[in-house]
Amino acid sequence: MSETTVSEANNGSNSQPSNISEVTIRLAGNSQDGIQSIGGFLARLAGRSERDVMTMMTIPSTISGGASIFQVRLGSGEVISPGDKADVLFAFYQHSYDNHVNNLTKGGVLVYDSDHVEPCEEWLTKYRHIGIAISSLTVEAIGGTARDKGKNIFALGLIAGMFSLDTAKLERLINERFGSKSKSILKTAMDAFQAGCRYQSNDISNLFRLARGGAERSNQVVMSGNEAIGYGLIAAGVRFGAGYPITPWSDIMELLRRELPKYGGSFIQCEDEIASVSMAIGASYGGHVAVTGSSGPGISLKTEAIGWAVMAEIPLVVIDVQRGGPSTGLPTDVEQSDLNIALYGGHGDSPRVVLAASDVEDCFYTAIEAVNIARKYSVPVFVLSDQAIATRIEAFNEPDLKTICKNVELDLSPVPSHKPYDLSSGDGPSQHRAPGTRIEDGRYPVVTGLEHDEWGHPSGDAANHIAMTKKRRNKLKTLADELPAPEVYGADSGDVLLVGWGSTKGPLLEAVEELGNNGDALSALHIKHINPLPNGLDTIFSRFNSVYVIEMNDGGVYGYGQLAGVLRARFADARIKGINKTAARRWKVSEIIERVKARLEEEAATA
Amino acid sequence: MSDTATMEQPTQDAGERQPVTKKEITADNPTWCPGCGDFSVLSIYYKLIQKRNIPHESVSTVAGIGCSSRFPYFVQAHGVHYIHGRALSFASGLSISRPDLHVFTFGGDGDAFSIGGNHFVHTARKNVKMTYLVMDNFVYGLTKKQTSPTSPLGFKSKTDNWGAFDQPINPMKLAISAGATFVARASHTNPKHLLEMMDAAMDHDGFSFIECLSECTEFFAGAFDSSNPRKGGEFKLMPEDHDPTDEAAAYALASEDFPGRFGIFYQIQRPTKNALEAGVIDAAQGKFEGKPDSEVLQATFNLMK
Ligand SMILES: Cc1ncc(C[n+]2csc(CCOP(=O)(O)OP(=O)(O)O)c2C)c(N)n1
Ligand code: SF4
Ligand SMILES: [Mg+2]
Repeated sequence: MSETTVSEANNGSNSQPSNISEVTIRLAGNSQDGIQSIGGFLARLAGRSERDVMTMMTIPSTISGGASIFQVRLGSGEVISPGDKADVLFAFYQHSYDNHVNNLTKGGVLVYDSDHVEPCEEWLTKYRHIGIAISSLTVEAIGGTARDKGKNIFALGLIAGMFSLDTAKLERLINERFGSKSKSILKTAMDAFQAGCRYQSNDISNLFRLARGGAERSNQVVMSGNEAIGYGLIAAGVRFGAGYPITPWSDIMELLRRELPKYGGSFIQCEDEIASVSMAIGASYGGHVAVTGSSGPGISLKTEAIGWAVMAEIPLVVIDVQRGGPSTGLPTDVEQSDLNIALYGGHGDSPRVVLAASDVEDCFYTAIEAVNIARKYSVPVFVLSDQAIATRIEAFNEPDLKTICKNVELDLSPVPSHKPYDLSSGDGPSQHRAPGTRIEDGRYPVVTGLEHDEWGHPSGDAANHIAMTKKRRNKLKTLADELPAPEVYGADSGDVLLVGWGSTKGPLLEAVEELGNNGDALSALHIKHINPLPNGLDTIFSRFNSVYVIEMNDGGVYGYGQLAGVLRARFADARIKGINKTAARRWKVSEIIERVKARLEEEAATA
Repeated sequence: MSDTATMEQPTQDAGERQPVTKKEITADNPTWCPGCGDFSVLSIYYKLIQKRNIPHESVSTVAGIGCSSRFPYFVQAHGVHYIHGRALSFASGLSISRPDLHVFTFGGDGDAFSIGGNHFVHTARKNVKMTYLVMDNFVYGLTKKQTSPTSPLGFKSKTDNWGAFDQPINPMKLAISAGATFVARASHTNPKHLLEMMDAAMDHDGFSFIECLSECTEFFAGAFDSSNPRKGGEFKLMPEDHDPTDEAAAYALASEDFPGRFGIFYQIQRPTKNALEAGVIDAAQGKFEGKPDSEVLQATFNLMK
């Protein structure tokens, strides 16, 4: 085929497709090319077959016209991290080619749009190059318009051919996606896809074959972390929310705004984050746990009101999709630097619950857990997610919605008497009675941010402040007793324990596995419940010589990051040290391995 | 959120119950200074609750922070003492999610127009159903005499020893231009008129806002004498022929020099935020014919396979 230009790199003969168990594909183009939607299709396809998928997506800070990439890792086993380097790179433009070549594995395959890209001599020998006139072939297929539109779908067809993917299923997905739009849009998409599929050449068609997954897997659903949080909240019975747009939190508010009415609920777009958190608290006071959320600066604005909810003991769920900070920071990049504000944001002693989600599936279940804890303990609960999981698409086992879904009815049945801040409840939480509840003895509650007595009336009494502070604190201790015991991955004692939280889980576990394969025995511990911490961490730590906390935040003046600081304060254990990354990029598996090895060598040298 | 009981048709046994008495609705002794205007507002609120026969448990009183915002402690009913400036946002969440309640929100001039100024504008334009009464004393009372956003030019406060020189906010004009659908002005010195205004505000289906002049005897004594006939002033009502739906006329009346006019400056009907959101819910739920939530969510998940 004349449109194809091939360079041989030293990756052997290409006449037989090589059977592979997983592949990482990176698509690099511009944000208006619909690159993300190729990723979406592949993710959905994988979710429907026995393949697992994890994708990574970066959104450019400049919203239109900027460079955009999408990386998808398809595997037939369990895929737990997005993959470090790509096996295949699709480069749509010169800048895509120039900027992403070094993300290819050695001997990787580089598919480029020969209409736009001039390959570089040096790389021609390093990587297998396949030039395809993607732009002009797409124009030809969809009927001569010079629009860039169908390029992504054409490329999807190419990929389908390249990996012998199930084209019938993909066509069904294209139908679902475009079928509701006009007939001509659907036809254009189909034409582009089929042209891509039909595009045959030995060089591209028979390179790889993805091995089929082993065991029968149950049904999978495919969604992003932000979607998983939104649907988790709905499943848990949240029927009111309020927010203000900010990246990367906005998807969640858009989803809830659109979806909640189906369940009889509302999500209100407010004038700012202070109004949002306040509206949510007002609705929670009304009797149903409500949600607010934000990212970066928006979280800072909410802190005063969150302190009120702690003081007044009103349930609330706060979603924090972390991005690079401080201030406006790095709006579209990832960081784990909001742990401190989640734990301590605001004035005064204000204990609240902090949970961190580790992957897309966990976003769903963490949201549900947060709602249940808020409800039971009448306390604000933070859910920490981050930009990396927020925008990533993953397939996971379909939840059993029938058993999970909750719709808690408002209980306004009269009560004989009611103290909103009953101290006789021991270390357990006290529950509020929503307005509309008749209190038969005629003594009605005031919920308040002033220090108060058991009825909610202001009190500056010293003994009362001591008792109420203890009440707000000790209910979290009660919660800690209920938390699942932390689980160690790998040997449960040894030299080094790596500790992580949030989205570092995937790369962390993969790093431990890889190190283990190479004979270096390391274990890992992932912490999901950060406040309160689960019981038993100290005995786990005591079984290791060193504890390294891997975080995407700064090691600060004293050399340990935000979680490490919490653990050091909690356990007064100087063996707890930080391994931190401030690049505002996710941890790669290889990076963790290098940093851990370097640290071990450094310590051996100074020992 | 689907509770539809309304104030007019109390559920349960409220029908047989006696109206709540003044004694029953009275809680802690107010901590205000002797002579503070807020006392009159409180006693008119008690009167309104009795007059409207609001079931005791349905009285919902929300306030921010300030002397005036201490209100909920003095009312024996479900009450909320929220944070400075944000009471309207809290009350909006309550109002939208609990259509069975009529939410009353109270605050001071600093709470409403300074720290809470933006929430005032947006609650007004969204027409969230509630009654908002601002006890305007032209000063920061609780924090002891700093300039407030309504302090008149020349007012000597602790933060403007030489006399305030920042242009004060005119609450009537602010409310009208923000899109409030019920805008009225009253004074603590005329309780009968205040009760009329509160009654009308409660009848209004939307965001009903009352600025009630309420003297701070401690830090701005005599501020409102010129509106008080007993102090030689004049309590000037709206002109007989004023059409409250005429925005320009309302705005012109609001521009009169202090002490200005009292009564309903502006009132129109516009769909409330509550009704609009309920409409979205009805439309969305109509498609699911009463299916349980788990099935509705399952239908969405089926598209994500
Ligand atoms: C965030 C915040 N800033 C400042 C304060 C201190 N503060 C309490 S009340 C108040 C002003 C009160 O004035 P106003 O709202 O007019 O009420 P008044 O006391 O006059 O009735 C201030 C500044 C606070 N409580 N919270
Ligand atoms: S300081 Fe002024 S506003 Fe506050 S209670 Fe005293 S008189 Fe009333
Ligand atoms: Mg004031």
